Amino acid sequence: MKSKSKLTTTSLALSLALAASQSMAAGRDYISIVGSSTVYPFATVVAERFGKTTGNPTPKVESTGSGGGMKLFCSGVGTGHADITNASRRMKKSEFELCQSNGVTDVVEVLIGFDGIVLANSNKTQVMDLSRKDIFLALAKEVPAKDGEKLIPNPYKTWSDVNPALPNTKIEVLGPPPTSGTRDAFAELALEGGCKKFDWIKAMKKKDKKAYKAVCHTIREDGAYVEAGENDNLIVQKLNANPEALGVFGFSFLDQNSDKVQGSKIEGVEPTFDSIADKSYPVSRPLYFYVKKAHVGVVPGIDGYLAEFTSEKAWGSDGYLAEKGMIPLPDETRAKFGANVKNLTAMTGEEALK
Amino acid sequence: MTEPNNNTAIIQRSLARRYRAEKRFRLYGLLGIAFGLLCVVTLFYDIVSKGHGAFRQTYVKLEINYDAELLGIGDISDARQLAAADYPALVTQALSQRLGSVSGRKARRELKRLMSDSAGYELQSRLKARPALLGASESLWLLADDDIDTYYKSLDASGQGFTGRVTERQQAWIKDLIATDDIRLQFNWVFFRNGDSREPEQAGIGGAAMGSLLTLLITFFLSFPIGVAAAVYLEEFAPKNRWTDFIEVNINNLAAVPSIIFGLLGLAILINFFHVPRSVPVIGGLVLTLMTLPTIIISSRAAIKSVPPSIREAAIGIGASPMQVVLQHVLPLAMPGMLTGSIIGMAQALGETAPLLMIGMVAFIVDIPQGFTDPATVLPVQIFLWSDSPERAFVEKTSAAIMVLLTFLISMNALAVAMRRRLERRW
Repeated sequence: MKSKSKLTTTSLALSLALAASQSMAAGRDYISIVGSSTVYPFATVVAERFGKTTGNPTPKVESTGSGGGMKLFCSGVGTGHADITNASRRMKKSEFELCQSNGVTDVVEVLIGFDGIVLANSNKTQVMDLSRKDIFLALAKEVPAKDGEKLIPNPYKTWSDVNPALPNTKIEVLGPPPTSGTRDAFAELALEGGCKKFDWIKAMKKKDKKAYKAVCHTIREDGAYVEAGENDNLIVQKLNANPEALGVFGFSFLDQNSDKVQGSKIEGVEPTFDSIADKSYPVSRPLYFYVKKAHVGVVPGIDGYLAEFTSEKAWGSDGYLAEKGMIPLPDETRAKFGANVKNLTAMTGEEALK
Repeated sequence: MTEPNNNTAIIQRSLARRYRAEKRFRLYGLLGIAFGLLCVVTLFYDIVSKGHGAFRQTYVKLEINYDAELLGIGDISDARQLAAADYPALVTQALSQRLGSVSGRKARRELKRLMSDSAGYELQSRLKARPALLGASESLWLLADDDIDTYYKSLDASGQGFTGRVTERQQAWIKDLIATDDIRLQFNWVFFRNGDSREPEQAGIGGAAMGSLLTLLITFFLSFPIGVAAAVYLEEFAPKNRWTDFIEVNINNLAAVPSIIFGLLGLAILINFFHVPRSVPVIGGLVLTLMTLPTIIISSRAAIKSVPPSIREAAIGIGASPMQVVLQHVLPLAMPGMLTGSIIGMAQALGETAPLLMIGMVAFIVDIPQGFTDPATVLPVQIFLWSDSPERAFVEKTSAAIMVLLTFLISMNALAVAMRRRLERRW
């Protein structure tokens, strides 16, 4: 008797779940957005404004990371799948193929702006003036020996070991873990940028791309680079408590905490809004979002959301996204992608994807 | 005869040492408690000192003139004109009237940034409610921007504050407003009423609290009946054999399984196989049900066990069937214990984040969920999202949300204790 009633309750629970899923799958009246946690602060502002001004339901924005977002986005067509994915890097070739094989054939790519990555320390100490080569030598797992073309485990303990012009303080950098897009971009832009300065390593790129990447992107694991979690606010707090350390995080966090931390100069350029916009600050990365063309017109509001995102008042040089810390695109690029969005020009597969 | 004397002497000599050891032993215990209390006090001090500011928000008093021409409204009865009107222009006009007109694009932007965008929406809803306001003026307290709020709250007696996000011109304006008492802190109803927002001054926990409520309702109405039914069967009807032993061991094991595992289970089975949509209270409730079931089964079994056998025997003695014994005698007596266990289980579910990360409840949701299939997030996840936001003003919002969550948890646990005190029977 009793076991039967239990069975009915369980099946009731399952049927409830099923009924819910069916009623939802039939039609979704809100836009579903997934993807990068770096683009999240910008996409959410647009989503909120879109909801408030048009009266459409506010889109649901999930922060899943760039890679996770691509996976959800490319898993298929239909209201059960996401409409838009944000990314803090360009779509990879493998991801484009995954999309194609799952029937997501028409994808519109939109470059929305840039994000600077800063190396910052506490205001209580002096501003560091680093080159990308210094950063590479201080943080790579293996560095070129001083004599000749071979790699040795990173021997440097202080910044002055790396470059006599730098202060004699311990190398201690707090940064995001390997799962973070910020870390990938930091490795690619800062470390690789410095790594390339060694001609013989640069030559490796043509011969053995894998080995080249391993040398240039691998961060040391002997304690000089401390994985401080994905939360950038936490890194800012830790820098405040430990003036000797440097931290790696996005430009918008520097902007909001300018009373506590200061950005190090890289190649002599201070990270400011303008220096990132005109590309004189070298460590910045592009931000993208991707739209599933098959969903436009099926899920209500996608065209409205796209129009809001690509309006001058949002992504323009004085738009509200710039106020939130996103570095806007140059005018021509913005016009080009704006037109792409208007005509819903899908990716052809001819793009130089990595 | 000397021997017993000798023993007494030995005992007496060691006595002082034993007393000392005893004292030390108690001291260790006390130190342990003191350390624990110190940690709790530090934690609470940190949260409260950071978060208390969020319960009050900066408002600026402005004289708003609903100028039909500026708004671009020709016909007040036309809903489309009313919706498309330029409300922010009214705010900017009121600001320049109050603070002196400014020239230059940059200065105008700085002026506009004094106020939150919600000021425009506020005017819109006021005009919609009372069309007679068109052409009239009224003086209103309107929400200031979050940067202004942060600056105003950080001002100390000497007029120094956090100037990172406000310009010198804006500081002068604020000084002007302070001089005439046109800027002040008001109780922050917005924080309790609104859903999430990317503008800290408009962000609230209303949406997350509603999401938590809907999720917990599902959790309770699924896990309580299932848990009680399972407990009753195992305690009252199941034969004692290897199978029931196996089940018992597994239930105890499940209670100790890390909650993220239940999230993965929800992702694999409920989302990928049954296609339950992501980020809705239904999926959150189902996953949390799995997580709280073992807790409820274990506490329910303990409650049933504590009902003395004499009551069952008496009932059987006067001819009750086993089902009647359970439904009419054992369950009513065990109910307080079962409910207490369930409330504690619910409190656990309320504070849980890890399994929800897997099923998409880490999402930006502005609209307050109205039903079980609306996208929603929950309180602990809202805290997680805010703690990761760049805007400075979210620091105090995060701590304030933690205070609200703690209040809920403490009151639920207090309810459980109170119920146990009042309803529990001792035999």
